[in-house]
Amino acid sequence: MQEAITFAPLTAPSSIARILWLIPALPMFAAGIIAFLKQPHRKVSAALAIGSLFISLLLSLVAFAHVLAGWSHHSAVRETVNFTWFRFGSSTVDLGWVLDPLAAIMIVMVCFVGLLIFIYSTGYMAHDENFTRFFCFLSLFAGAMLGVVIANSILLLFMCWELVGLTSYLLIGFWYQKPSAAAAAKKAFLTTRVGDIFFLLGIVWLFAQTGTLLFYDSGAGSLEASALASLVTQHAAFGLTATGAIGLLIFAGAAGKSGQLPLHVWLPDAMEGPTPVSALIHAATMVAAGVYLVARVYPLISAGAPAVHASVPLGNNSTSTTAALIVVTWVGAITAVFAALIAVAQDDIKRILAYSTISQLGYMMAGLGLGGVAVGMFHLITHAFFKALLFLGAGSVIHGCHEEQDVRRMGGLRVDMPLTFATYAVGMLALCGFPFVFSGFWSKDGILEAAHQSGAIQGPFYLLAFGALLTAFYMTRQVSYVFFGHWRGHAHAHESPRVMTIPLAILAFFAVALGAIGTPAWPWFRAFLNGIPAKFALSGFSEPGLWLLILTSSVIVFLGLGFGWRLYGNKSPKPETPDVLEASVPWLWTPLRHRLYVDEFYGATFIAFYYWWARVADWLDRRLWGGIVGLVAWLFGLWAQLNRLLDTYWVDGAFDKTCEEISSGGGLLARVESGRVQGYLRYLAVGVVVLAAILLWSFRP
Amino acid sequence: MTAFPSPLAGYLLVAALLFAIGLAGALVRRNAILVLIGIELMLNAANLNLIAFWRYGPNPQLLTGLMFAIFSIAVAAAEAAVGLGLVISIYRHAHTTDLDHISRMKG
Repeated sequence: MQEAITFAPLTAPSSIARILWLIPALPMFAAGIIAFLKQPHRKVSAALAIGSLFISLLLSLVAFAHVLAGWSHHSAVRETVNFTWFRFGSSTVDLGWVLDPLAAIMIVMVCFVGLLIFIYSTGYMAHDENFTRFFCFLSLFAGAMLGVVIANSILLLFMCWELVGLTSYLLIGFWYQKPSAAAAAKKAFLTTRVGDIFFLLGIVWLFAQTGTLLFYDSGAGSLEASALASLVTQHAAFGLTATGAIGLLIFAGAAGKSGQLPLHVWLPDAMEGPTPVSALIHAATMVAAGVYLVARVYPLISAGAPAVHASVPLGNNSTSTTAALIVVTWVGAITAVFAALIAVAQDDIKRILAYSTISQLGYMMAGLGLGGVAVGMFHLITHAFFKALLFLGAGSVIHGCHEEQDVRRMGGLRVDMPLTFATYAVGMLALCGFPFVFSGFWSKDGILEAAHQSGAIQGPFYLLAFGALLTAFYMTRQVSYVFFGHWRGHAHAHESPRVMTIPLAILAFFAVALGAIGTPAWPWFRAFLNGIPAKFALSGFSEPGLWLLILTSSVIVFLGLGFGWRLYGNKSPKPETPDVLEASVPWLWTPLRHRLYVDEFYGATFIAFYYWWARVADWLDRRLWGGIVGLVAWLFGLWAQLNRLLDTYWVDGAFDKTCEEISSGGGLLARVESGRVQGYLRYLAVGVVVLAAILLWSFRP
Repeated sequence: MTAFPSPLAGYLLVAALLFAIGLAGALVRRNAILVLIGIELMLNAANLNLIAFWRYGPNPQLLTGLMFAIFSIAVAAAEAAVGLGLVISIYRHAHTTDLDHISRMKG
């Protein structure tokens, strides 16, 4: 599918492409200024952060409009601006940025969702004493994330990638006084570092093979035909081509950032951060950066696939896949079900959403692996909106319930918080994929369709369908606990201020409206990314098997919703009583409750190994090396004793007399040795001057 | 219309000035840490000379001066670490960093 895209021949970049760097630079600059503000300057810092992101949003809308305007004649816009950062020997380090449909959609999404969350944060963090620090980090994050999106150089992308990781660390540990938050921040940083090591290896390998860091460089970039053609012919280990191996290394980095199995453990713990951070970084944007990275290097990962037959309609390519894509698909599909299973048995409102995010990221990865960039990216965009909505809704609930996060201690909030309830319900239905009306239905349906049509391997399809059932189930469970039944908490709940509910309403609108650009009748999103004209045609619905698939996924969603409602709806159980599932199927509940023992497994293997290794190193230090040093010291001591005897009785007697004579003579010279270091330095300086004088004298004409 | 016969002369002049400042600092300051700073300045003057002679020398493509400078910077870092460590242990021992009071090495 991807091969079908043709891009307009590159002319000189337009003026908006030239100033595209301003989009990430403005929030970063704002972060720099906010860093110098003192705590009382709350309004200034919030205004700087929001204002800079707003200008970035305007710029990205202009960029988007430019791409939209150029989207014609069966070709898409791809404009790059590259420059040489520095030169070392004969090789250069090039940086640059790119404006193409993929980047244009992402910058608009990041700026827009980011802006809403910034505004929401002014309400949510209103009572926090470190308000300015929060906005400094948030602004830095927005800049770095936008940098990731527009980077045309894999090195620039990696730098922004690490900056994003840093801000994630800083913001998870924002309330660092809490030991759990500090630990979660460290865990997030270290776990993503595991993936980043592989990413860095992939970058080095790619640079070594292609000699360029740029993705697109009018034919000479690493993602363009000539470089890919030479990479495909090289074979790495295990029957992979070089493209597949590099692609998998980069995917490992993406898996770390996007919380894919087995590196997902940090994301649920990251919920220790403030809720807007969870919404912006750990739901809508940063964790999606991994998916975006895979979409960005998709030409690399998919290179070498058997050529798509021209007569096969779009989205029906059942043969075009590579080993790397199959790995991406399976990791995504397994993650989707694995995380959804765990989400069923969690009680923390944010942790349920965190596992849901991991699961949805799995869907995106599977969508990329099965259906190409457009399928995965559409789910990324819709998910960004409805998951940000859900997190902000959860934040509103937590705010209204006086920092209570346990869903068992809530209940009946649909009366107390009607606006939050309405928007949360929209987000929840979009996440479940409620048929026809909500965006999540169309994006998830696109992934299921791609999985169904992938021909030989049907495993991912069944996994993803099962995941959809679980998603509907656990979201119904959560919503029933939080909003239905009667209130089980302590203090009375109250609705959040308008600065928090208005962003919710806007996000809810888009959680519904975005579905319109990805339906089979008007596949605008797919056409835009692939650079082909979008036609409105109801005949899109008459594709063979499509209705059956829509019916299947609708039935799955209703099954999940109905099952969840039957078990949990309006029951308002006491927080102390065991969960319905716990009472009926404890053998299933217990492992799910303990997050399928992944953390325990890591604790018993990797961390235990490191403890053991540290103890071994300690033992080696103390006993082995310490012992050897002690032995040598003792031997020297013995030798010294021997020498002392020799000295005292044999050598000294002879020398003592001589020395006395020399000593009295030396007394004269000792005047020079005043013991003052600077005195010696002066002699040295005088000596240098004399030498210089001699040198000059010898060269006299 | 430059003030100097060649850019090299300019760099050498700056390096010489830097060296002179460092030397003066090392000679007249009484505080051991400031003397160390003076020495660092002189080292950096030497580095500047290395880079300048390499850049305007006969073989700028060989990267020799750059390598020398990098080694020199690494050695300077080690030297600063050792020097500061010495200053700290001297301070612990003598409760002063005034060089005039540290004269127990006299003959």
